[in-house]
Amino acid sequence: MAMTATVGHAHADPHHIGLVVEHPGPAPKRTVTAYGFWVFLLSDIVMFSCFFAAYAVLVSQTADGPKGSEIFEQRNVAIETVCLLLSSFTCGMASIAADVRNRFWFYLGMAVTCVLGVIFLVIEFREFADLVSRGYGPSRSAFLTAFFSLVGCHGLHVSAGVLWLLTMMAQVFAKGFRADVLRRMMCFALFWHALDIIWVGVFSVVYLLGSGV
Amino acid sequence: MLGKLDWSAIPFDQPIPLIAGGVVLVGILAVLIWVVVKGHLPYLWHEWITSVDHKRIGVMYILLASVMLLRGGSDAIMMRIQQAIAYQSQGYLPPEHYNQIFSAHGTIMIFFVAMPFVIGLMNLVVPLQLGVRDVAFPTLNSVGFWLTATGALLVNLSLVIGEFARTGWLAFPPLSELSYSPGVGVDYYAWSLQISGVGTLVAGINLVTTVLKLRTKGMNYLRMPMFCWTTLASNLLIVAAFPILTATLAMLLLDRYLGFHFFTNEAGGNVMMFMNLIWAWGHPEVYILVLPAFGIFSEVVSTFSGKALFGYRSMVLATMAICVISFMVWLHHFFTMGAGPDVNAIFGIASMIIAIPTGVKIYNWLFTMYGGRIRFATPMLWAVGFMVTFIIGGLTGVLVAVPPADFMLHNSMFLVAHFHNVIIGGVLFGAFAGFEYWFPKAFGFRLDERWGKLAFWFTFTGFYITFVPLYIAGMLGMTRRLQHYNVAEWRPWMIVAAMGMAVLSIGVICQIMQLVVSIRNREALRDRTGDPWDGRSLEWATSSPPPVFNFAFHPDVRGEDAYWDMKVAAQQQSLEHDELEYRDIEMPRNSPTGFVCAFFATIMGFALIWHIWWMVILGGIGAFATFVVFAWRDHDEYVIPAAEVAAIDRVNLEERRNLVSMAGAI
Repeated sequence: MAMTATVGHAHADPHHIGLVVEHPGPAPKRTVTAYGFWVFLLSDIVMFSCFFAAYAVLVSQTADGPKGSEIFEQRNVAIETVCLLLSSFTCGMASIAADVRNRFWFYLGMAVTCVLGVIFLVIEFREFADLVSRGYGPSRSAFLTAFFSLVGCHGLHVSAGVLWLLTMMAQVFAKGFRADVLRRMMCFALFWHALDIIWVGVFSVVYLLGSGV
Repeated sequence: MLGKLDWSAIPFDQPIPLIAGGVVLVGILAVLIWVVVKGHLPYLWHEWITSVDHKRIGVMYILLASVMLLRGGSDAIMMRIQQAIAYQSQGYLPPEHYNQIFSAHGTIMIFFVAMPFVIGLMNLVVPLQLGVRDVAFPTLNSVGFWLTATGALLVNLSLVIGEFARTGWLAFPPLSELSYSPGVGVDYYAWSLQISGVGTLVAGINLVTTVLKLRTKGMNYLRMPMFCWTTLASNLLIVAAFPILTATLAMLLLDRYLGFHFFTNEAGGNVMMFMNLIWAWGHPEVYILVLPAFGIFSEVVSTFSGKALFGYRSMVLATMAICVISFMVWLHHFFTMGAGPDVNAIFGIASMIIAIPTGVKIYNWLFTMYGGRIRFATPMLWAVGFMVTFIIGGLTGVLVAVPPADFMLHNSMFLVAHFHNVIIGGVLFGAFAGFEYWFPKAFGFRLDERWGKLAFWFTFTGFYITFVPLYIAGMLGMTRRLQHYNVAEWRPWMIVAAMGMAVLSIGVICQIMQLVVSIRNREALRDRTGDPWDGRSLEWATSSPPPVFNFAFHPDVRGEDAYWDMKVAAQQQSLEHDELEYRDIEMPRNSPTGFVCAFFATIMGFALIWHIWWMVILGGIGAFATFVVFAWRDHDEYVIPAAEVAAIDRVNLEERRNLVSMAGAI
């Protein structure tokens, strides 16, 4: 957003506002890529907000099935949350390592991020499998439909993130820290942190609020 | 092995879709054979299919939209004929077929005609107007286009393999749920929209980033041409609204495929939630389409009046106001659902408020024309036709924004006439105006004016003959989507409407003739200056068609109407300096990523529709692999040497100099 203020062209401004800030020209590629990815993340958050809205609408529609407080297990959710928040930290470490071109710390940061993400996914998968085996699958009630969709949508994003993470590691291994690889790494980090933010929403709206009811 | 797919999917007992499908298939085959025999395939592959040039992608978008316009138009003709003859009889279309036709008509016209047409024009023009060499993400741009094409392909495939939805263009549940629509029609609908929706989202992100981050030196926000502003507003809406459509259709698909209960009647599902979600996307969608059209009219009116746009800043403000308010009116699509008087009143008022910025725009265009030297070239005819037509459509819109009136007119032919009045009069006229206006820029020769004017007059009168009767029929109580009816008073109006459709069709034929005649006479219609209309914005400051790099130098912008100022001051650096220091230009390399990705998306979509799970996995792996291959390439740019840039640029510079000096002599 570097803009240089020049008063020189003020006469070209037909409305005589006075100070005209001249646009310096096209932004560098790194800025453009990051900006575009931010816009994508915002759109992704809009999509999540639909699932949040659906959950809010359907949360009381249990159709004589279980309520949230009857099926949520605080301990598992706490572990999941810790895993994901920690993974954001290790992802940040990997980003720093990439910026200073340190392969060892990059691989280590990414590997730990990956392991934490996979632990999160395994816990979530087991929670889902357990619910389905008890007859509380998404077809049981509209509440469970909304619950599985919202949490599952986040889980799908994390899975995609893990796939991207592994591809990213392979690419650094094959191509090194090229400019385009670094841009991708930046996007991946943004994505991973955004998933964290969404998890905070899921955690609060679904598990915290749901446990009390 | 093939899921639900077997020979019963081919409608051997229904001659109409079979013949239509056969004709299309023969047509496609003929074109393919011609391309291969003539040896055009390598050219098409290298220069178009794998192209990441925003201008080429824009042209392909518009081509897709034009072809689909013919398909959607055929549906319209069939419906008008059906309603003209189906008085106290079944007509010639059985109900299950008629229902597919009106569903396909709406889906195609919005998603595969209007959307690609405006996105195509934005792609073609916006980087040129901003004075830059490409969009923010050229390869993604290509991916977006090909995914849109995939969606269109799937919709057309439903003609001969299986069926299309019978639910109307928005597939309201519970009708669209598995229990009431067990066939593959709704799946065709939903998956083609999901896939093309991804394409649209990609295009939206790309264009938002382009406008906000890639502008030439001195191109401040308040110096951008109006079309760039409306592009920004429209694409912001795409980014904010299309994810809602994706989520909503995903929920519907989960209901259908995995027995979820988002919108079912059982187990606590909520049908009203679908209405709210789909229209939370659907109303902004209306403005996604019409805002770029407003931008086109702003450019056209200003150019052909020979004046700067009146009230530029109020126009910017009005555009952004519409952008925001468009998210606050969705409930007026279902006043009759019983949300209560308070809610209905609020949304009614919000809907009327949106008429204010729109009115500001109309007055701005009128005042731009006032005192100007107006040239009634074809684009200007479309613009003036738009103003008349859109005001009528807008006023009937304000009428149905009054909840009590809407209770009478909801789902009537009056509503059908209203939204055709604004979509044809606004979006389609805008698309045609933009097509006529920028065609010389894209191809280097003008379009034939005589056929263009004929096309306008037939379309314009045909529109009124078709849709005024529908207003009247709606007032007489006729509801929409009737396969047959028994009310004698409606009959004459349906016959008049069918005749209007015939006039409209002549307009379409004139449009095609215009293209044919112009291509034949292209040498006589050639534009060598790059500025055939005496334009005002930067797209006219380069040759027609522009070189792949658009501008040899990034233009230095000093005010609104950048190119006009340059011409007036003759201060364009290239005009005053003979010895220019040309530099090497780096451009993104072409890539088949978009095409290959769409190929796998087509396989995946088709497999999902027919429950062929192994093929779904195959398609998914293919799409992922495509992106990995793309990410792995080592050279993503190529260099155009300075000498070549100079050679290309000097030719056009000479012509341009002559033009300016001639104008100076006069």
